[in-house]
Amino acid sequence: MMNGVGGSCSERELLLHGLADNELDPANALAVEEHLRGCPACAAAFREIIQQKELFEKEELRLRASEALRGRVLTAIHAGTEAIPATLAPAKAPSASQNASYPRWPKALAVLSPMALAASLALFVYTVNQAPAVDQQLVASHVRSLLASHLTDVASSDQHTVKPWFLGKLDFSPSVPDLAEKGFPLIGGRLDYVGGRVVAALVYKRHSHVINLFVWPAGKMKALPETLDGYHVLSWTHGGFSYAAVSDLNSKEMQEFQSAYEDALPS
Amino acid sequence: MRKVVSAIAVRPRTLLGPEKPPDAKQSPVAEGSAAAAAFQAVVLPHLDAAYTLARYLTRRGEAADDIVQEAMLRAYRGFSGRRGINVRAWLLAIVRNCFLTWHARNRAKLEDFQTEWEQACATESDEAGKDQETPETILIKQQESTRIRALIETIPHQFREVLVLRDIEDMSYREIAEITDVSIGTVMSRLARARKMFAAAWKKTQMQASKEIQ
Repeated sequence: MMNGVGGSCSERELLLHGLADNELDPANALAVEEHLRGCPACAAAFREIIQQKELFEKEELRLRASEALRGRVLTAIHAGTEAIPATLAPAKAPSASQNASYPRWPKALAVLSPMALAASLALFVYTVNQAPAVDQQLVASHVRSLLASHLTDVASSDQHTVKPWFLGKLDFSPSVPDLAEKGFPLIGGRLDYVGGRVVAALVYKRHSHVINLFVWPAGKMKALPETLDGYHVLSWTHGGFSYAAVSDLNSKEMQEFQSAYEDALPS
Repeated sequence: MRKVVSAIAVRPRTLLGPEKPPDAKQSPVAEGSAAAAAFQAVVLPHLDAAYTLARYLTRRGEAADDIVQEAMLRAYRGFSGRRGINVRAWLLAIVRNCFLTWHARNRAKLEDFQTEWEQACATESDEAGKDQETPETILIKQQESTRIRALIETIPHQFREVLVLRDIEDMSYREIAEITDVSIGTVMSRLARARKMFAAAWKKTQMQASKEIQ
């Protein structure tokens, strides 16, 4: 049993888990996949790992804090605000011009990715100098959507509910396929305002990760940066639309999402 | 092991980022309430994830509540000095630290839990203590998810935490390594062992289930 990535099959066991978890780099992933084709024992072990991972996908395994606990935490934080002397209080505070409910990000983004900021300022013809760059807006919108009850305006896994909901609210009609079979169930949709126009935000899930897919009619757009402040941004154009998917998924799963969505588009 | 670790794709995500300088312009009062609002917007959405980890680690609802409250307060105090940019991983690391403190404090009471798994493995099903929960005694007709939860809880905690962080909380190997303060290689071998332990226990309950049906 000495072939492929080298070492015995028992030494290869950790790589099987790495492959199942999408944690291998492409070269090693290929090597392990090739080994699996020729080694029934490892292939069986790999199948068991995958089946077990599927068991853990059940939503009921992800628990919810009780309302009582949420209340206790909120009370403690606000009590803590008064009790903590100014020298100990969290020092980072928003400037007055920033949105009070979500103050940290614009500044943090500007600090952390000046290159991304510079690169993206030229994206839209009508971008105003002071407006945050589109990639920042996309990521900020993604993060905002993760806050309680801000994820969707129309919450439905039924594509025939979500698509009509956009009618009359947008001057274009995005495709809203449910990708549950590919492992990306549709959660819903909402309207958002990015790059100076109203865009559709389609919300999908991958396990406990949320993917926001922003859709708008294709304009002049260069490639957006691929990561921003820890979030992946995957952008492409297809059939007259611009797409930008934002999530904290890894880039491989983001690409799987892109192909799943593209495959589901009416040809 | 070195070979395995080098196979891990380098992720752009990391817990370590530059510290941000404090903003001195704000008055202390506005600062406090604004910080609370910022905390509420950025950290509070991860409350369920924090609770999930605490619940799996402690296996007790009330203790999990206490640990989460303590962790959120610690998180709030450390919010401005936070080194990381991945809020969820940062918060889960704090929850884990609070759990370890709680665990050390309650060690005596918890000792029966420590040996439980070894006993369950070492003895045949009918010899296992009748009042202990083992893969065999966990009720077969419970909902599958309840069974899965109960079985996860039979795994020793240093393996259980890696399993929960990976398969329930969806953390990357690198994030788990930072949260649990071990190497990625250790994360991988613990994860493999944890999954094996779960698989063995799961097979036992499946066999039990099919016996009961007959």
